[in-house]
Amino acid sequence: MTERLDGPQVPPAQVAGGAATGPADTPRARRRLGPSPAVAIAFLLPAALLLGVWVVYPIVYSIFRSLFDANGTGFVGLGNYTTIFTDAGTLTTIRNNLIWVVVAPIVVTTLGLIFAVLTERIRWATAFKLIVFMPMAVSLMAAGVIFRLVYEEDPDRGLANAVLTTVADTFSSSQGYPEARPREGDQSPVAAQDGAVVTKQPAQAGQPVLVPIVGVRPELVPSDARPAAQAPAGGALAGTVWFDFTPGGGGRSGAVDSTEKGLPGMTVEAVRNGQVAATATTTADGSFRFEGLPAGSYTIRLPQSNFEAAYGGLTWLGPTLITPAIIGAFVWVWAGFAMVLLAAGLAAIPRDALEAARIDGASEWQVFRKITVPLLSPVLLVVFVTMIINTLKVFDLVFIIAPSSVQPQANVIALEMWRVSFGGGNNQGLGSALAIFLLILVLPFMIMNIRRFRRENT
Amino acid sequence: MTTTATAAAPSSGLQAGTPRRGVLSRIVDRLGSGAVQVVMVLLGLFWLVPTLGLLVVSMRTTQVNNAEGWWTVFTKPAELTIRNYQNLLSGGFSASFWNTVLITVPTTVLVIGIAAMAAYAFAWMEFPGRDAAFLVVVGLLIVPIQIALIPIGVLYGNAGIFGSIPGVVLFHVAFGLPFAIFLLRNFFVGIPASLLEAARMDGAAEWKIFARVVFPLGKPAIASLGIFQFLWVWNDMLIALVFANTDNQPMTKYLQSQMRQFGSNVDILSSGAFLSLIIPLILFFAFQRYFVQGMMAGSVK
Repeated sequence: MTERLDGPQVPPAQVAGGAATGPADTPRARRRLGPSPAVAIAFLLPAALLLGVWVVYPIVYSIFRSLFDANGTGFVGLGNYTTIFTDAGTLTTIRNNLIWVVVAPIVVTTLGLIFAVLTERIRWATAFKLIVFMPMAVSLMAAGVIFRLVYEEDPDRGLANAVLTTVADTFSSSQGYPEARPREGDQSPVAAQDGAVVTKQPAQAGQPVLVPIVGVRPELVPSDARPAAQAPAGGALAGTVWFDFTPGGGGRSGAVDSTEKGLPGMTVEAVRNGQVAATATTTADGSFRFEGLPAGSYTIRLPQSNFEAAYGGLTWLGPTLITPAIIGAFVWVWAGFAMVLLAAGLAAIPRDALEAARIDGASEWQVFRKITVPLLSPVLLVVFVTMIINTLKVFDLVFIIAPSSVQPQANVIALEMWRVSFGGGNNQGLGSALAIFLLILVLPFMIMNIRRFRRENT
Repeated sequence: MTTTATAAAPSSGLQAGTPRRGVLSRIVDRLGSGAVQVVMVLLGLFWLVPTLGLLVVSMRTTQVNNAEGWWTVFTKPAELTIRNYQNLLSGGFSASFWNTVLITVPTTVLVIGIAAMAAYAFAWMEFPGRDAAFLVVVGLLIVPIQIALIPIGVLYGNAGIFGSIPGVVLFHVAFGLPFAIFLLRNFFVGIPASLLEAARMDGAAEWKIFARVVFPLGKPAIASLGIFQFLWVWNDMLIALVFANTDNQPMTKYLQSQMRQFGSNVDILSSGAFLSLIIPLILFFAFQRYFVQGMMAGSVK
């Protein structure tokens, strides 16, 4: 119940709604027939009682409680408030809330506007709106579990990193064999050099080049790797990069055995006089081949990039990215709200105004900037302010998505209030001060609501 | 804005309505309609796929989930199983499901009843301080519930209802009232005065007018409110964390207690989270019209 739709009540009157009529000003004549105030009070009593005891009294109680220490016996004045602004933990909390308030409302409102505009262009707009709007019905608890799964760091399990690594792999051919190294010793035809692997003797076309590699982590050998094959003699400069190790023993060092696997995806360079003359990539059986290379002797080099770990995606749930990651989940939940409100606002814009501007020669961008956005601004403001209030109160998503070890770095005021009061902190003095602090933060919007409502009803 | 606006706005909400040429649509035209379609499909997938992932994960064993991503289901559909759900329902989850129902249903009924009475008084009765009192309700709309956790905790402790379902329900009802009164009052003022006048001239008692005229006429707004209130309470975690003990905990609190070992509890968490969102989703798809109406009335009024 921390996130609600009951944000500010803006009168977008002519823009979003339709005919506007003053609701409160019921004609005097009608009132004469009304019941006595006693009846009215009877109707109001249950609500007044509940609001008085559960909402108004706690505000007063919290103000007093916030001036006392953890036990509630020692008067500390504004000491709890000083703690909020000096303690490193709560300062992180305030900083995080600031990031939330600055980033999330802008992203949600912008995205909502883009969606609202784009849905006017597609036939399946209703389906799209339903899909984007659906997370609004789902509990933030469930949304949290959904995004814990999305943000799993292992690219084989977490969707976010699976997408990232797939994209990265598309753009870089590096297969990545970390910890792999050339077979060492005088007998070996290759040696390590500045992280790369080079042949000791210059290679020439017609002589198969052998590049034996050891120390490959078995799980990193691709499943499509085939038994290593020696390149056929003759023709172009060619050779084999293979895992010179027979599982279970046997096999000859430095020789291509049928029990040994080729290492596919290795980048191989032919180097002459320090210049890379050609580049090739090994196939499934580890063989490579340089076609159309001028005759001569080359050094064969496997550059360092082959031996770096493959891109593994981002640590979404680590201390650095945790807040942006949770904001991502928040956007997923709330974009539909912004979209639906803004779409209704767009639909209510009088087309005459737009047509008139176009006839006067305004460009589409001018029409959008000078007419649509101003006419839409009351709705934009509603969405924006509602999101600010929601980000100030954000609790569930942070609590669920941030693993306990990272919660100090992801912490926000609403969560910190729960932690110090109930989640082990056991300091209800500081907890009350944090609750009052939160109330003060939403106070401007409360006043804004009241003023808007009065303006609209007088 | 009155009833007309409240009821009319939603038709432009989720329903596409009559096709019209929007402002930016011409710009977009030039970008090419095909590109827009592709972008929208991708965005739609972006919003749909995470939930789909949850469903698939919930239907695979922990071993399979630890070994590979859920998207491999498309090549190995045979791995799907309902065992997680069987395990879940034989554990503590069933009790928490019923607790959620026991908390949500009474709260929704009480909020509707109490708020409708107050809203009728605000809309159609005259009493001193009426307008000021209603401004207080408007102000209370966005009070953070954190403010009441500690004071009401102390109060419940003294009254001996800390941890009980009635305590949780009353807290929800109180914090649901400002929005409920606001929404219903704005709807009730739009009821034609002649209907009420006729009833009053016939000498009908106020509670009869309320029950026979106002409440039935207010059905659309009450439906919107009911759905919203139901979803808020069904989906709440914070109030349950503080005020419900383990015997009375709803699903959200039960699942939260399993979060600490996320890796080893994925089977429980994914299937539990999915079960917890089935009823909200059914409600959402069945009544999305009222859902949007309530949102419009509450936000853009």
